[in-house]
Amino acid sequence: MAAVHGDAHGHGHDDHHPSGIMRWVTTTNHKDIGTMYLWFSFAMFLVGGTLAMGIRAELYQPGIQILEPELFNQFTTLHGLIMVFGAIMPAFVGFANWQVPMMIGAPDMAFARMNNWSFWLLPVAATLLVGSFFVPGGAAAGGWTFYPPLSTQGGLGVDLMIFAVHILGASSIMGSINIITTILNMRAPGMTLMKMPMFVWTWLITAYLLVLVMPVLAGTVTMLLTDRHFGTSFFNAAGGGDPVMFQHIFWFFGHPEVYIMILPSFGIVSEVIPTFSRKPLFGYSSMVYATASIAILSCFVWAHHMFTAGMPTVGQLFFMYATMLIAVPTGVKVFNWTATMWRGSMTFETPMLFSIGFIFLFVIGGFSGVICAIVPIDIQVQDTYYVIAHFHYVLVSGSLFALFAGAYYWIPKWTGRMYNETLGKWHFWLSMFFFNLTFFVQHFLGLAGMPRRIPDYALQFADFNMISSIGAFGFGTTQLLFLYIMISCIRSGEKAPQKPWDGATTLEWTHLPTPAPYHSFEKPPIVN
Amino acid sequence: MVKNNSKANLLMMKKLLVFTLIMFAFGYALVPFYEKFCEVTGINNLLQPDVLAEENRVDTERWITVEFDANTRGLPWKFKPLQTSVRIHPGEPVSVTYEVVNTSDREINGQAIPSYSPRFLDKHLKKFECFCFTKQVLKPNETRQMPVQFVIEPELPADIHTVTISYTFFELPGNTSAVKK
Repeated sequence: MAAVHGDAHGHGHDDHHPSGIMRWVTTTNHKDIGTMYLWFSFAMFLVGGTLAMGIRAELYQPGIQILEPELFNQFTTLHGLIMVFGAIMPAFVGFANWQVPMMIGAPDMAFARMNNWSFWLLPVAATLLVGSFFVPGGAAAGGWTFYPPLSTQGGLGVDLMIFAVHILGASSIMGSINIITTILNMRAPGMTLMKMPMFVWTWLITAYLLVLVMPVLAGTVTMLLTDRHFGTSFFNAAGGGDPVMFQHIFWFFGHPEVYIMILPSFGIVSEVIPTFSRKPLFGYSSMVYATASIAILSCFVWAHHMFTAGMPTVGQLFFMYATMLIAVPTGVKVFNWTATMWRGSMTFETPMLFSIGFIFLFVIGGFSGVICAIVPIDIQVQDTYYVIAHFHYVLVSGSLFALFAGAYYWIPKWTGRMYNETLGKWHFWLSMFFFNLTFFVQHFLGLAGMPRRIPDYALQFADFNMISSIGAFGFGTTQLLFLYIMISCIRSGEKAPQKPWDGATTLEWTHLPTPAPYHSFEKPPIVN
Repeated sequence: MVKNNSKANLLMMKKLLVFTLIMFAFGYALVPFYEKFCEVTGINNLLQPDVLAEENRVDTERWITVEFDANTRGLPWKFKPLQTSVRIHPGEPVSVTYEVVNTSDREINGQAIPSYSPRFLDKHLKKFECFCFTKQVLKPNETRQMPVQFVIEPELPADIHTVTISYTFFELPGNTSAVKK
């Protein structure tokens, strides 16, 4: 995204930043840092995706062909950790860095130096995670949820993972403190809370969720660490601890975490749909309240991940009903998006396609979520591919599709250049086809009883697994097309006008030239 | 204006940092809270004696086989039940004896952790005497016989004919005074 800065210099802003690599190391500019977040998360997406390709290659046929079971378990574990903490979360922080100051009319993030620091912690954590494959005993292999006793028994790889989670947690907490402060203190005059774009609202709520639960995760992994090395017995039954307690504390973090990964994508979709429907967002305030309700409810449903871990029926019923209740505000959102499109003069550019794809597939993931929430069904499908299919529908066709939508939507503003619309549409339709090929059949596998995290399977699962693997290879390859589209857009895309989307109404389109200058809104705009 | 802003920002950051620390402490506070919750609701009282109900109904129509199992993990003890199974009526008080031998020449603290099959047996199993309620300290080469007394309530579902009660001894660090709880 060098083009942005080249042009910025051309405009004659007085930037005293060093050039070359030191510019990126020392930068405190929210746009530079946002760019680094996005490239970092895309690199991690490719690493996590490569692991997924390994998993699907092994599952292409029954029997053990490519990955020994120990290595397979490391692949599934690190695939989950890298995608959640390395790809999806930093990508949303990258969007927040780029967009939040521009959308609220602030010159930069509140704490520019801390912003730099929270980014540069990430490559350290990523090195620990990826490097753990090469230590004796290999990487952590007990699943991305690192339940004890497996995680208290594993080797050096588990320690590296624990440190990586600590660092990623610190980075996220600093990032969210920055975002909250920016949004609450640095809005342009006239930009009241209820006039903020939905993307900013969803990030404000997400950032609060992050400071609420990330410290709890940090505490959990610290307990694991002291159990492993300093003789405590938080989770060790022999010393009076309880491994089930780990699950409770972990999921107290873990369930809000899934909303941390989906709320900002609700925000992106809530920007894109009105733009391409050329209508204001339907039910803006109900959207804000729905987001807040989802965030609050998400803190009271954690034990639905543990229905089979042993729980009184009263507890199961409470968590079942609380979980199903989340479908209500989520339904409000889906209704509002649909109502925004209703009788709009819609066009279907790539960001809109990804957003509509998001709504369609996220709803499927939401429905399978309600199915999983029903205790007797959950006991049946616990730890099967049905659960895998469910959370990939909400995380891949949910969070990831929204990230794609956001990238196509804002790339003209970031780089000053348009992406190739034809290739963008190819990217969408190929992703859509291969995604469903990969994951839809996994519902059937799960209902038939195929367990997750196992490198081999019974013969009756062979056909669906082969279909799923072919889909996964296609989906993985398609993402290289996204890389190509983005690079060719940055290098040689057509020049974009200030407002390439005529339905766009937020400040970055209406008040800033394209590409957005290196320093924007040094004098705050007036919002009516 | 910029100055004011940065002051307000710093104040905000301090508040949020304090909140973060509180939430970190909250993570740790969940541990005693969890234990208290389980104790009060009786969900997880593996290490506490049950109180026997006043009137104890014995269902003489039904027979249940209770199997006993013993394991050690990571400590040089020999551990076994003196009888591998008993046939009882639900509601009838039962007493069995386990024997443990320290085969090493050092003093070892051990803690037994029970495990039941089927899992919901713990709802219908009332134990009023068990060596698992406290840690066991065995001198070098000491042999000890230890009783377990319990009642299996007649409410145990009718399709259960065999249950298993299993204990595993784990080593405790030497100078730990007592197991938690």
